[in-house]
Amino acid sequence: MSNKKEWPLWEVFIRGKQGLNHKHVGSLRASDYKMAVDNARDVYTRRSEGVSIWVVESSNLYASDPDEAASFFEPADSKIYRHPTFYDVPDDISHM
Amino acid sequence: MSEISLEELQKKFQNKIDKDVKIEPRDWMPDDYRKTLIRQISQHAHSEVVGMLPEGNWITRAPNLRRKAVLLAKVQDEAGHGLYLYSACETLGADREQTIDDLHSGKAKYSSIFNYPAISWADMGAIGWLVDGAAIMNQVPLCRCSYGPYARAMVRVCKEESFHQRQGFEIIMVLAKGTPAQKEMAQDALNRFWWPSLMMFGPNDAESKHTKQSMDWKIKRHTNDELRQMFVDVTVPQAESIGLTVPDKDLKWNEKENRYDYGKIDWEEFWQVVKGNGPCNEDRIRVRKKAKDDGLWVREAAMAFSQKRNNKAKVA
Ligand SMILES: [Fe+2]
Ligand SMILES: [Fe+2]
Repeated sequence: MSNKKEWPLWEVFIRGKQGLNHKHVGSLRASDYKMAVDNARDVYTRRSEGVSIWVVESSNLYASDPDEAASFFEPADSKIYRHPTFYDVPDDISHM
Repeated sequence: MSEISLEELQKKFQNKIDKDVKIEPRDWMPDDYRKTLIRQISQHAHSEVVGMLPEGNWITRAPNLRRKAVLLAKVQDEAGHGLYLYSACETLGADREQTIDDLHSGKAKYSSIFNYPAISWADMGAIGWLVDGAAIMNQVPLCRCSYGPYARAMVRVCKEESFHQRQGFEIIMVLAKGTPAQKEMAQDALNRFWWPSLMMFGPNDAESKHTKQSMDWKIKRHTNDELRQMFVDVTVPQAESIGLTVPDKDLKWNEKENRYDYGKIDWEEFWQVVKGNGPCNEDRIRVRKKAKDDGLWVREAAMAFSQKRNNKAKVA
């Protein structure tokens, strides 16, 4: 029964206020980007949650593979020297 | 990558849940977890959407402009809740159109409370106060549910719900303080909505076969009876404070247990309504179907227009 002309799915990103990143808040269906932006305003910013909206058609989104996450992110785990706490600095040294 | 056995995957999955690590859409999950969630979330979505009908019925007849604006905003929120939930459902691979068709064919259920009619303005008060109140009781723990998109949708929903309950309580409170006829109207609404509201939490724990598994999966955080008890304990004093009487002659404070004891729920009525024999079941589905059918040409026209515009943009 489902018809093929179903509206595509869009991912919605909202900037909460000037100075903040756009953040993913959810998704919705719309026939095009204009309708997606209008609907995103009505659904996700009814209480002034945003000052700017991005919409991206979900089919245009590419993601890392969750099954590979362990090996994919492993290189960062072993490099503790990237963090300031790795280094010993004498107590009497300040401003560092 | 080496082959991992199903058993191992299941163990890893349950480990994550036990450690309160959220499950996200593309993570491995057992088929039954996915199926149960699709059922639970789509039923929840349907309830939000069907739930607009009894209240939508009163928007044009709200007693003044303030009440009308508030009710309109409330019903609009419920449409949004439906959308958050259908979207969460889609992340599990469910087909949105199919879930809606399942509602229309009677295969999928929605909260039985919305099969009761809203016959007076006081019912707008009772629904906001009791029905949204019961929904909040259910939804707040779901903000910590194990499935990420569902939990996030619940956080949004709960933020919006508190105004729903307050506006309902305000309506009831104003009527309860009004003329004898208005107070009578408020009491009558409470009489009709009290028991169906208690039924919203579902069958007693002993009868509820999915509870254990759902609790292990953390897609349910309290049992039906626990939630029902919490609802009774907070709501009874609210009724008393505005001079209304909860229609339960067995209701009394239990000093020892530090809770209210309440009377027996008419489960026969509950199952009748769930099975489709409530006062408004047929009407609710008929209206939803009609909305989908009547809107078909709009959806098609919008799509055709967008395609035309896209094609133009490509040529230019
Ligand atoms: Fe809602
Ligand atoms: Fe609500």
